[in-house]
Amino acid sequence: MDAPTADRIRRDISENDVVLFMKGTPVFPQCGFSAAVVQVLDQLGVKYKSFDVLLDPSLRETIKGFSNWPTLPQLYVKAEFVGGCDIVREMFQSGELAELLKSKGIATGAPA
Amino acid sequence: MAMDASEIETLIKAALPDAVVRIEDLRGDGDHYAAYVESAAFKGCSRVQQHQMVYKALKGRVGDQLHALALQTAVPKDA
Repeated sequence: MDAPTADRIRRDISENDVVLFMKGTPVFPQCGFSAAVVQVLDQLGVKYKSFDVLLDPSLRETIKGFSNWPTLPQLYVKAEFVGGCDIVREMFQSGELAELLKSKGIATGAPA
Repeated sequence: MAMDASEIETLIKAALPDAVVRIEDLRGDGDHYAAYVESAAFKGCSRVQQHQMVYKALKGRVGDQLHALALQTAVPKDA
């Protein structure tokens, strides 16, 4: 695992409450799974910081070892790995994701 | 690069012998599958941990040989 990149990831997920590592951007997602997570976050109306791994090959590889998770997207809340598309969608549908955000004091609001 | 459903099932059952496994080929290209995996080994594990156990069973193929595996895990009711 590339140490400087891992340090950068550690800093990004601690400086931002909600972080989404994805393929593409929220406005132009480049993968259906990334787009699905963007849609969930927009429906929850939660502010988040996104990182496009397609622009940063080292980030794309390092993040997989960092979280021991082989795919993108990856969602982090308060520096904790929450899951990829399947888990985020499952948690959203069951209400667990809104509950998690609330319990961490993260504002959600009107859908974007 | 692709895998077939039976190979996925075999690998999962090798690591989780009690597992109930259902595989659905989403696009017929050997690259996009949905899998339902139920095992008593998941008991007490978070969803992330359960999925990581399945990924481990697939020996690094997910995200590589296998582009996408839509995964759903569960603990048997009687576990």
